[in-house]
Amino acid sequence: MDIIQILSLALNELVAPMTVGYILCAIGLAVHFGFTGLLNFGQAAFAALGAYGYGYAVLVFGWDLWGAILFGLICAMAFAALLGIPTLRLRADYLAIVTIAASQALRFTVGSSTAAPITGGSAGQSQFGESFYALNPFPEGEYNLGTVTLTNLELWMRVVAWGLVAIAALFVFALTRSPWGRVLKGIREDEDAVRALGKNVFAYKLQALVIGGSIAAFGGMVFVMSSQANEPTNWGTNFTFITWTILLLGGAATILGPIVGGMVFFALLTLIESFLEILVNAGLLPFLLIEQVAQIRFLLVGLILMLLVIFRPQGFFGNKKEMQFNG
Amino acid sequence: MANDISVGKAEPGCKKIDPILVADNVTRQFGGLTAVDVKHVEIPRGKITALIGPNGAGKTTFFNLLTGFDKPNTGTWTYEGKDLAGMPSYKVARLGMIRTFQLTKALSLLTVIDNMRLGAQGQAGEGFFKAFIRPLWSANEKRITAKADELLTRFKLDAKREDYAAALSGGQRKLLEMARALMSDPKLVMLDEPMAGVNPALTQSLLEHIKDLKNNGTTVLFVEHDMHMVRNISDWVIVMAEGKIVAEGPPSQVMKDQAVIDAYLGAHADTDLGTVAINKIKVGK
Ligand SMILES: Nc1ncnc2c1ncn2[C@@H]1O[C@H](COP(=O)(O)OP(=O)(O)OP(=O)(O)O)[C@@H](O)[C@H]1O
Ligand SMILES: [Mg+2]
Repeated sequence: MDIIQILSLALNELVAPMTVGYILCAIGLAVHFGFTGLLNFGQAAFAALGAYGYGYAVLVFGWDLWGAILFGLICAMAFAALLGIPTLRLRADYLAIVTIAASQALRFTVGSSTAAPITGGSAGQSQFGESFYALNPFPEGEYNLGTVTLTNLELWMRVVAWGLVAIAALFVFALTRSPWGRVLKGIREDEDAVRALGKNVFAYKLQALVIGGSIAAFGGMVFVMSSQANEPTNWGTNFTFITWTILLLGGAATILGPIVGGMVFFALLTLIESFLEILVNAGLLPFLLIEQVAQIRFLLVGLILMLLVIFRPQGFFGNKKEMQFNG
Repeated sequence: MANDISVGKAEPGCKKIDPILVADNVTRQFGGLTAVDVKHVEIPRGKITALIGPNGAGKTTFFNLLTGFDKPNTGTWTYEGKDLAGMPSYKVARLGMIRTFQLTKALSLLTVIDNMRLGAQGQAGEGFFKAFIRPLWSANEKRITAKADELLTRFKLDAKREDYAAALSGGQRKLLEMARALMSDPKLVMLDEPMAGVNPALTQSLLEHIKDLKNNGTTVLFVEHDMHMVRNISDWVIVMAEGKIVAEGPPSQVMKDQAVIDAYLGAHADTDLGTVAINKIKVGK
């Protein structure tokens, strides 16, 4: 593999649907954590519910695209309400505990054989994208975008995915610049102070949880749509962890942060993997097997994240004063 | 002694001619400790009432109970005739009863002006759907911003308008919190040690501001350790000690009250309280 190949691989990762799936989840998490101060450690579950809800509506109800999207959204919103209503009146850490536990429970439930008639069990769902790809306006053929060549369907997938990112970013931008967003930021700083000013803090926190979860549901749908395969293993704690990394990399209380953070994260991951492979193949890293590279790259990413926390805690875009790791 | 606030003699739990807040049998225990044990108290409408008492007397706890930030073990209280017991704190605030905190709660990573704007109530733009439609709230935003700027000038914070509240000094944060509380034109403001840490030169102008509030019909209830301030602006003084109301009356009268002197200085002192700064004195039994 030469440098050009490596770079083009990395560039492809920049815009890949999987990257977008994470970016959308990170934008949702920015609403939760960056703007409201909610500690949600189960973003994977919101994404999973979006994906499973969509798949279920298509495969079982036989619904079309719009109905299926709506169903996926409703699943994620209901989950937000289910977790939020009992915990959002309590101290902040309760939400953290409940989301992490619920997302693990959800993942094992959807993957179990008992749930197989609904979720497809450990095999998951597949071939649910027909109505989505049927809308593809691009004529058949190959599309060359600089370094990568895409089929018309791949192009369509990317256009829709990035369109969703743009919509989500504008949506959150509009919200955070409104008086509504000001209340959220107030809650992030000190919810008792906001209560004392006559705001129904619980209702705002619940709204924020539902909205961030809904954006993550779109992320989940995008995540599984390009491969048309939705497997329970997608939605492990890894998924949530990567989403957090992306958010913190870019800047938690920003809109551009999660977008650029996601792109940088996956480009970096690919670059690190490729370089490690080159080094291993050249015999420069005798302690490492080529199969271990995929694992070790996360270690390096973790290291980079640590350095970032130490030297730039506000992320790429964050205003140092406004947002540090102080949820 | 006759006065124009209480019905009859000024004594602990006395009836007021025109009360805005009436509390009965409010108690709060922390483990074995009874922090608040108020049999009956009435806060006169349109007056400035000081709530004083030694450290740990239960003043802040009483504030927390009245405003829904803490739950009492027993008790009922009404504000403007409405029963408030069990009402969540944000609803209490919406009724026009706004409190500040002894441990200042400036919203650190909001700018000073945003802190102020947040204080305004009934903003259409604070609703989720209306938030998207700027014309629905931009006029109101302008109005509250103008009002906020006026208050900031008054509180000498106008130069800090665009700074994060985190960048303010302790005294400035106190001022900001008080100014923010006034954004909603409360009917009853409850200030927990508003002058603690505020520069004496500014104190004078704030005292004037508090008097102005009264002239505009706002009722003020404040906790304060500085007896000069208490003397200077309050129409009525309520004294708490060990959770109970031990004395009530006009300032001049209360300062001479033996129960008050006992509460603050211990039974054997015989000093006129007006002459000492009470927060410097160790509480005796
Ligand atoms: N959350 C709590 N848990 C346990 N005890 C408490 C709690 N809050 C207050 N107390 C106790 O209740 C008593 C009254 O406290 P409070 O804060 O109301 O006093 P205060 O009159 O406001 O005093 P200060 O003038 O020092 O502010 C104190 O003895 C205090 O230790
Ligand atoms: Mg106190």
